[in-house]
Amino acid sequence: MAVLRPAGEFDQSYAYDIAIIRRRWQWIALGLFLVFLYTLPLYASQGLVAFINRVAISVIAVQGLNLLTGYTGQISLGQAAFMTVGGYVSALLVNDLGVPFPLALILAALGAGGVGLLFGLPSLRVKGFYLVMATLAAQFIIPWFTRNTFPELLNGAQGLNVKVPVIFGFEFNEPQRYVYLTLSILIVTTIVAQNVSRSRLGRAFISIRDHDLAAELLGVNLFKYKLQAFFLASVYAGIAGSLAAHQLRHINSESFNLNDSILMLGMLIVGGLGTGLGPFLGALVIELLIEVATLLGPVVSSLFPNSAGGIQALRPLFFGLALMLFLIFEPRGLAHRWQLFKASWRLRPFSH
Amino acid sequence: MNWQLLPQFLVSGLLSGGPIALIGLGIVLIFKASYIFNFAQGQMLLIGALLTWWLAVEVGLPLWLAILMALLISAVLGLVIERLALRPMTGQPLLAIILMTLALGQVLQGLALLLFGSTQRNFPQIFEAANPYRIVTPFVYNDRNITIILKQNLVWSFVIAVLGVVVIGGFYRFTRTGLAMRGTSEDHELAQSIGIRINRIFAISWALAGLVATTAGVLMATSSGLDLSLSVLVLAAFPAVLLGGLESIPGVLVGGLLIGMSQGLVSASKVQLVRNSAEIMPYVILMLVLLIRPEGLFGQRRIERI
Repeated sequence: MAVLRPAGEFDQSYAYDIAIIRRRWQWIALGLFLVFLYTLPLYASQGLVAFINRVAISVIAVQGLNLLTGYTGQISLGQAAFMTVGGYVSALLVNDLGVPFPLALILAALGAGGVGLLFGLPSLRVKGFYLVMATLAAQFIIPWFTRNTFPELLNGAQGLNVKVPVIFGFEFNEPQRYVYLTLSILIVTTIVAQNVSRSRLGRAFISIRDHDLAAELLGVNLFKYKLQAFFLASVYAGIAGSLAAHQLRHINSESFNLNDSILMLGMLIVGGLGTGLGPFLGALVIELLIEVATLLGPVVSSLFPNSAGGIQALRPLFFGLALMLFLIFEPRGLAHRWQLFKASWRLRPFSH
Repeated sequence: MNWQLLPQFLVSGLLSGGPIALIGLGIVLIFKASYIFNFAQGQMLLIGALLTWWLAVEVGLPLWLAILMALLISAVLGLVIERLALRPMTGQPLLAIILMTLALGQVLQGLALLLFGSTQRNFPQIFEAANPYRIVTPFVYNDRNITIILKQNLVWSFVIAVLGVVVIGGFYRFTRTGLAMRGTSEDHELAQSIGIRINRIFAISWALAGLVATTAGVLMATSSGLDLSLSVLVLAAFPAVLLGGLESIPGVLVGGLLIGMSQGLVSASKVQLVRNSAEIMPYVILMLVLLIRPEGLFGQRRIERI
C-alpha cells in the first residue's frame, strides 16, 4: 500500500523527503512520550516498570528477528539460543574478567552474532523449511554446550549468577533503575533497525525475501546478505540476552528456550512482519496476554482441579490461540491494521 | 569406548529407534499429502497418551478398549485440527503454515496442562517389566560371552512400530485411497483435475497422523513414563524424518533406526561428554544432513535450491 500522506504536505527538500519523523508536532509528541517513559519509574508501581522492562527486552530481540524473518524472509527458530549466547558471554565477561558492562554488552552482541553466522551457514544451501530445522538445531545444540562443556567456567545446568551492571558508578539494581538502561538501548536499536531497513542493506534483504532468484540476477549477493541478516539478528538477540541475564541476575541453559523462540516469532506475526512498528505492537500485545494469563491462572486452577497451575497452562493456550487467530484473520499483523486505520482516517469522509 | 557395552547399547538404541520412526511416520504422512510439516506432532502424541491413560486409569476401562477409544478420538482430533486450523492456511506462505503448526502445538500443550496437569503418571504396563529377554552374543569379553538384556516393552514397541510403518506403507502402496494419496503428493492441481478430492485426502492424512501419534504415544509412555516431557522426546523425530527423506515412508523407518542407533553408540562411550551428547546427537546428524545431502537418504531431489 502506498504511503498515504496528509493533504497539503509536500516534500520540499531531500532531508524532508527521507525523514522518518516528518512534522514538528510529531517530534513534540515523541519527545513528550519519551519524557513520560523516562519519568515513569519515579511514580509508577514496580510491577508496571518491570513489565515495561520485559516488553522492551522482548522488542529488542523481536526487532532482530524482524530483520531476519520479516525483511529477509529467512525463518528462524533459534533466536532464543542466540540470546543464551549473549547472556553467557556478558555474564562471564562481567563476573570473571571484570569488564565494564557497556563493553561486555557490545562483546556479547558480537559473540552472539558470530555464533549466529555459524548457524546461518546452512542458509546458503537450503531455505524455507529446511532452514527452520537448521535453526532448530541451534536451539538444541547451544544450550547443550552450556550445560555440558567447561563445567568449571559455565557451571553446568546450574548456570551462572550474574552481577548487577554498573555504569559510571550507577548501579542498575532494581527495575526502576534498570528500565533506564533497557529503554536507552531500545532507542538505539530502534534507530539502527529502522535505518537498516531503509538502506541499501534493507533493500537487498527485501529483494531476497520477495524473490531470491530475481535478486541474485539483479546482482544481490545472496551469500553475503543472508549472512549479514543472520549476523544482525543474532547481534540483537545477544543484546537482548545480555540485558535479560543482567536483569534476572541469573542465567542457565533453560533461561531462553524453544518456547521463547516460538513466542518471539508469534510476537512478530501478531505485530506485523517487515514493519518497524510490528515488534513494538507484537511484544506489547503478547506480553499483555501473558499478564492476563497470570491474572486468570488462580481462577482456572480452582476450576480444573487436575491442572498443574493455571498460569503454566494458560500461557501456551492463550498465546497459541491468539497466534492462530491472527494467522487466519490478520496475517499481516497489527501494524497493517494501524496503517488501514490511518488511511481511513485521512480519507474520511470518503471510503477510498 | 566401552567395547563390552557396545552391543547392548547398539541394539537397545536400534530398538528405541522404532517409536521415533513411528512418530516420524505421522509427520511424513501429513507432509506427503499437503506439504505441511507438522511441528505439533509431539503434542498430538502427548494428548493421545494422556487420553489412553485417562480412559484406562481414571475411567477404568480395560486397557485394550481404552487404547481403541483413544485411537478413535485422536483420529477425530486430527480431522478437527485439519478442518479448523490448517484448511484456512491453504495457499498461505510457508512461514504462516509453520507458525500455525507451532501455535497448534502450544494450544495442545496448554490443553494437556489444563486438563491433566503436569504430574508424572504411572502408565499401565502392557508388557511384563520383570522378565527381560536375554540374548547371548558370540562376542567374548573377560572369558564370558556378552549378553544383551532387552526389556520386553522395548522389543515389543519396536515390533509394533515397524509393523505400523509397514501397514501404513502397504496402505499407500496397495489401496485405492493410498493411490489417491500418492497422486495428491505428486501434484495438487493435477490430482484435482483427475477427480481426486484433495480436501478429503488431507483430512484422511491428518486422521491417520492422529492414529499414528497415539500409537507412538502409548508405546513411548510404556517405556519412558508419561508426563509433559513426552512431547520433548519427540523432537528426536524431526531429524529422523529429514535423514530418511521427507517424502519417503521406508526412509522414515531407516532414519528413525539410525538416529536411535547413533544415540546408543555415543552412550557406550567412556567419556562423559560424549555420553551426554546422546540428547543432541539427532540434531548434530541433522546439521550434517542439511549440509551434505539436504534431501535425505531416500527423499526426492526436489527441494528448492538456491
